[in-house]
Amino acid sequence: MTVLAFSRDLFERIGNFTIFLAQTVRFLFKRPVRPRLYFEQMERIGVHSVPIITLSSLAIGMIFALQMVSLLQPFRAEIATGSAVAITMAREFAPVITTLMLIAKNGSAMAAEIGTMKVTEQIDAMETMSVDPIHYLVVPRVVASIIMFPMLTMLANIVGVVGAYVISVGVYDLEGATYLSQMFRDLKPNDVISGLIKAAVMGAIVSTICTYHGLHSGSGAKGVGESSTNAVVASSVAILIADYVMAMIMMQVMY
Amino acid sequence: MSTLIELQELSKAFGDLHVLRGVDLSFADREVTSLIGQSGTGKSVLFKCMMGLIEPDQGRVLYEGKDLHELDEDSLAEVRRSFGYAFQDDALFDSMNVGENIAFPLREVLGMRKRRQLRERVAEMLDWIELPGIEKKLPSELSGGMRKRVGIARALAIKPKVLLFDEPTSGLDPVLGQTINDLVLRVNKELGLTCILITHDIPAAFRISDRVVFLHEGEVIAQGAPAKVMRSDHDMVRRFIENSFSSTEGA
Ligand SMILES: Nc1ncnc2c1ncn2[C@@H]1O[C@H](COP(=O)(O)OP(=O)(O)O)[C@@H](O)[C@H]1O
Ligand SMILES: [Mg+2]
Repeated sequence: MTVLAFSRDLFERIGNFTIFLAQTVRFLFKRPVRPRLYFEQMERIGVHSVPIITLSSLAIGMIFALQMVSLLQPFRAEIATGSAVAITMAREFAPVITTLMLIAKNGSAMAAEIGTMKVTEQIDAMETMSVDPIHYLVVPRVVASIIMFPMLTMLANIVGVVGAYVISVGVYDLEGATYLSQMFRDLKPNDVISGLIKAAVMGAIVSTICTYHGLHSGSGAKGVGESSTNAVVASSVAILIADYVMAMIMMQVMY
Repeated sequence: MSTLIELQELSKAFGDLHVLRGVDLSFADREVTSLIGQSGTGKSVLFKCMMGLIEPDQGRVLYEGKDLHELDEDSLAEVRRSFGYAFQDDALFDSMNVGENIAFPLREVLGMRKRRQLRERVAEMLDWIELPGIEKKLPSELSGGMRKRVGIARALAIKPKVLLFDEPTSGLDPVLGQTINDLVLRVNKELGLTCILITHDIPAAFRISDRVVFLHEGEVIAQGAPAKVMRSDHDMVRRFIENSFSSTEGA
């Protein structure tokens, strides 16, 4: 592909995606609202993700504490492990780990499911019945993601801190009461809030990118597979970039 | 009879593949029309252009004189309410069971909400396609022929003004095929619906249709009342007719 063709293709995609976003926003407020679809998606994204998010944030919290204690011990500052873990989890690790897990678990499924509906003409069928696929399929997933990503991030925060406590106090014998009081002194509400805001934004990014790829899936099993892979890659890259940008802004205004 | 749908100079290409090359057709209110043609000549694409699912490169689709591709979203949705479309490959929603599939257009298009009413209409539709009592089955649990008939039931459910059937009888055994053809006739006669079908069942097409249209390489090569088309001297039409009648009556 020539550079010219490539950039034209890129601009066309960006244009299409922008139109898609505008339509999604418009349908957010359009009736009829179908509560069942929202609950279904919230259950799939939220409830069904509790085990994997618990497991991964517990592991991150424990590993993080392990590293922190051994790094801080030479300075006799290991008691600060609690604060360090709680703050970095709240600001960065909880939203990012949660989002990456949800991309793998739900983002890929969104693209594959909608992609399959597209190639088997179920999307066409929906349109013949005057139901807009963005309204019916995309909006519930986007809304459910914006709600559930922060809730799971909150779960990851709590579980991560518990994991760190178990390692620090249980394994390394740090003094529990001091550990906790320092942690609660250093951890500010804004640390948690900023992470939750990030998670909500990432939920919006992931769900729109993945549903978009599904709706623009190529034909056949191959097309669906490709759209699902592309959705995962594109949303992973997008959330890492978004995280960096949001971190810079939040450094200025929130911390 | 008055013209309900009119296609003017309809052309559509996918890349270098010119599928439709200037199709002019009109469909009269309350008639049964059969579209016949070889696989890959663009019959399904024609249907999708008629529903506004595919935008033609050139030409217009008029429904009651309104140009489909100039309508805004809401008016297009309004027009689509008058259409039922039974897809060639059923296009059933595979996350819903049969009952929910058939109830979908009733809820979304007609705004029917009462459970009992929905249940009754779904059961009625399943009776029509001779598959009573399969409401709770998932599409993945059905055979191809059953899925196809459920797709037809879903299109019929709202009793729209116009019904598009894309190969409703292919993949069905002759007895079931007959049932479906009778169903087409019945909704046409009893409910006064305009029926347009794509079919490879030539004898049935000539029997049940008011008009027959032959498509070949993206163009209309013959059209008119069955008796008239039967006498067409176009080579392709002759071959179609000879092959289908010789296999059933020539023995
Ligand atoms: N969405 C599409 N993109 C590209 N090519 C298509 C598309 N839909 C149909 N075609 C091509 O158009 C031609 C006509 O298809 P179709 O209308 O399905 O034929 P048929 O007359 O058998 O129904 C085929 O060669 C098919 O591959
Ligand atoms: Mg076809």
